[in-house]
Amino acid sequence: MTIQQASFSPYDNNGGTCVAVAGADYCVIAADTRMSTGYNVLTRDYSKIRQLADKSVLASSGFQADVRALQKVLEARHLTYQHQHNKQMSCPAMAQLLSNTLYYKRFFPYYAFNVLAGLDQEGKGCVFTYDAVGSYERTGYSAQGSGSTLIMPFLDNQLKSPSPLLLPAQDAVTPLSESEAVDLVKTCFASATERDIYTGDKLEILVLNAQGIRREYMELRKD
Amino acid sequence: MMMESPASAPVENSLLASPDSAIQRTKTPYVTGTSVIGLKYKDGILMVADMGGSYGSTIRYKSVQRIEKVGKHSLIGASGEISDFQEILRYLDDLVLNDNMWDDGNSLGPKDIHNYLVRVMYNRRNKFNPLWNNLILGGVKNGQKYLGTVNMIGVHYEDNHVATGFGNHLARPILRDEWREDLSFEEGVKILEKCMRVLLYRDRSAVNKLQIAKITEDDVQIYPPYALKTVWNLAAFQNPSASAPGSW
Repeated sequence: MTIQQASFSPYDNNGGTCVAVAGADYCVIAADTRMSTGYNVLTRDYSKIRQLADKSVLASSGFQADVRALQKVLEARHLTYQHQHNKQMSCPAMAQLLSNTLYYKRFFPYYAFNVLAGLDQEGKGCVFTYDAVGSYERTGYSAQGSGSTLIMPFLDNQLKSPSPLLLPAQDAVTPLSESEAVDLVKTCFASATERDIYTGDKLEILVLNAQGIRREYMELRKD
Repeated sequence: MMMESPASAPVENSLLASPDSAIQRTKTPYVTGTSVIGLKYKDGILMVADMGGSYGSTIRYKSVQRIEKVGKHSLIGASGEISDFQEILRYLDDLVLNDNMWDDGNSLGPKDIHNYLVRVMYNRRNKFNPLWNNLILGGVKNGQKYLGTVNMIGVHYEDNHVATGFGNHLARPILRDEWREDLSFEEGVKILEKCMRVLLYRDRSAVNKLQIAKITEDDVQIYPPYALKTVWNLAAFQNPSASAPGSW
C-alpha cells in the first residue's frame, strides 16, 4: 500500500547554483535564476543574489523561504550596524555575521547554501563559502548549490589555488583578469546547465571593482 | 461508600494543569480544494478556481468559493485545506480593518498583502503548525499589476502566470505557450477555460463548476459559477476495452 496521506515537511529544495571568483582588484559573483521544486520549474526569473552592503554581495541557493528569511535578518542587522557605526559593513565583517546568523539556528537550520563575495578593506576581491550551519572559509573562488559538484572541480582545475597549508600564507585570489573571470563563470554555468536539471533559464552576474558594481545577464538552456 | 480520591481522578480541562496534548496542529488536511490559476492580462489580473471541496478522495462539497476579494486592490485564491483558508480570510479582514482605522487615505496593495501572507505562512511552518494552503495573490494598484504565490512552507515568487497543485503540471505549460502581456479579457478567459478543461479531464478532484474573477485598477469582480462544455463520447470512451484487449 502506498502512502495516500499528505504529510508535512518544513523543508524543500528549490535548487540553483552560485559561483564567485575573486581577483586582485575585482570580484565576480553569479547565480542562475531558475527556481524549482521536484521536477517542476516554479519560475524562470527569481534572483538568488542580494547586495547586502556597498562592497558585499550574497548569493544563496537551497530552500527559498529560508534564504529569504536569512536575507531579511542580514538586511535588518546591517541597517542597525549603519545607524550605530555610520558606515557600511565590510565584507569580512558581513562574513562573520552570516556565520553567526546561520549557527544561531544550528538545531533548526536555515537550509541555505551561501557564497558571500565582495571587496575587502584593501579593495582586494574576497570570497567566503559556507555550509548550512555556518562554518565558513575565505577562498579565492567557490561554487555552492545544486550544480556545485559539476562546477567546483572544474574551477579547481582552472584556477589551482595555492594550498592553505603553505607558510607563509599565500594570497588566494585568482590570477585572471576581470573579463577572463566573467568568461570562466559563463562557461561554468553553460556546462552545469547541460547536466543539472536545477540549473538553467538565465544567469545573473555581478562584478564588483573600484568603479563600483556592474550587472549582466546571459540566457541559459530552458529545458 | 464510593468516594473518588482527587489524586486518582483524571484531570480534564483544568485551568491549572492543561495537558500538553491540548496543543493541536495540522498534520494532514481534511477538506481540500484543488488547483487555482492566475494570470496577468492587459488591464489587470484574472483568476480561476473550481468549487470542489474534497474529503480525501471523496468530493464532499461542490459549492465552495475559493477566490475572495481582499481590501480594495487584491484577490486571493486558495487551494488546500478549506478551513485554513477561511481562517486566513479572517486574518486578512483583521489586517484590512486595522489599516482602515488609521483613516489616512492609505490602503494595502496586493504586494503588501502578499508580503504579509508570506510571513504568516513561513511563521506557521517555523512552529511546525502550518496553514495547509497554496495561495495565489493578484491585484492592481497605481497602475501596477501584481501576481504572486506562496505555499504552506513559505516558498514564494511573482510571475506573469501562476498555478497551484496539478495546475503547475497541466496548466502552466499551456500558459507558457500562450501567455502574452497584452491579452484581452476575452483571450484571457479563453486560456483559463482551456486550462480548466484539461484539469477537469485529468485531475480527479476537479469539478465542473468554476468561478472566474477579475481585478483591474477600478473594478473587482468574482463572476457567478458556471460549467464548461465537455466531450465524453469519443470512440475510445464508448468502448474502452476495444483498444485494450484482456486475456479473458
